Amino acid sequence: MKLIWSWLVGFGRFWYRFIVGDDWTVAAAVAVALLITALLNAQSVPAWWVVPVTVVVIIGVSLRRASRA
Amino acid sequence: MSSGIGFVLLTTFLASSVEAIEMVTIVVGVGATRGWRATLIGTVAGFLVLAVVVAVFGLALSAIPIGPLRLIVGALLLVFGLQWFRKGIARVAARGLAGMRAGEAEERAEWTGPGLDWTAFALAFKGVLLEGLEVAFIVVTFGAGANQLGAAVIGGVGAVVLVGGIGAAAHPLVSRIPRSLLQLVVGTLLTTFGTFWAVEGLGVVWPAGDAIILVLLVLYSATALAYIGIERSRAFGFSPRRLA
Repeated sequence: MKLIWSWLVGFGRFWYRFIVGDDWTVAAAVAVALLITALLNAQSVPAWWVVPVTVVVIIGVSLRRASRA
Repeated sequence: MSSGIGFVLLTTFLASSVEAIEMVTIVVGVGATRGWRATLIGTVAGFLVLAVVVAVFGLALSAIPIGPLRLIVGALLLVFGLQWFRKGIARVAARGLAGMRAGEAEERAEWTGPGLDWTAFALAFKGVLLEGLEVAFIVVTFGAGANQLGAAVIGGVGAVVLVGGIGAAAHPLVSRIPRSLLQLVVGTLLTTFGTFWAVEGLGVVWPAGDAIILVLLVLYSATALAYIGIERSRAFGFSPRRLA
């Protein structure tokens, strides 16, 4: 039972590291950008630019935060 | 969704190379210090588990309809690609084209006891499995997204075989491969395709169709170069204010 639990915890940790990594704000920004893209697209507003702009901005923010830390 | 087989081969080959460098460093380090028999058995066992993971995950993804698949695969590749993109920028800015630092692989005492050296087995098994798991998911998701799973697997396995061959022939050469730069290149490619597929998966029509992939690649490459310059300025203190 203990072994199964430790495997489950390890599996959960792997997915957290895979998806979120060491800066959760990057994954959160991507999720918000995709949500905004979907909402704009549903209103027939051109939304292809939202994710690329988010990527360029959030990487800069994340790098700056890391270098300050 | 029609992405060239060349892009699929290149991306999965480079992504696998990044992790294969660490994998080979661990395996060769353990084998050289504790003996090869248990190390190679552990390595083979690690690869067998990885093959099962690829097969199961590949089958699961092939059962998802193409629309949601593009969104899931694109979003996964985007968030993971951004991690490598960010780490690649930071590391290239800090260390340039240096390979892995000497001493990163753990040193262990040589095994002289009877039977199988379970420590060597476990170290090699965990090294292969932990370093290979992320790549296995990249290969499967990228292959599924591009509808080129076979090419993705060939690219991934090819990299492991090539880096493994270099490691077996001349181990110091592996540590000289500029892993940070490779990580940045792969991060840029994964971020590019992740953006393209995730947005397309939401039903958005890209201007210029598939040609936008090259535009995204140029945009993200220019972004990486700009941030490397900014990071280097910060690290070495060459800010315009200080120069003035």
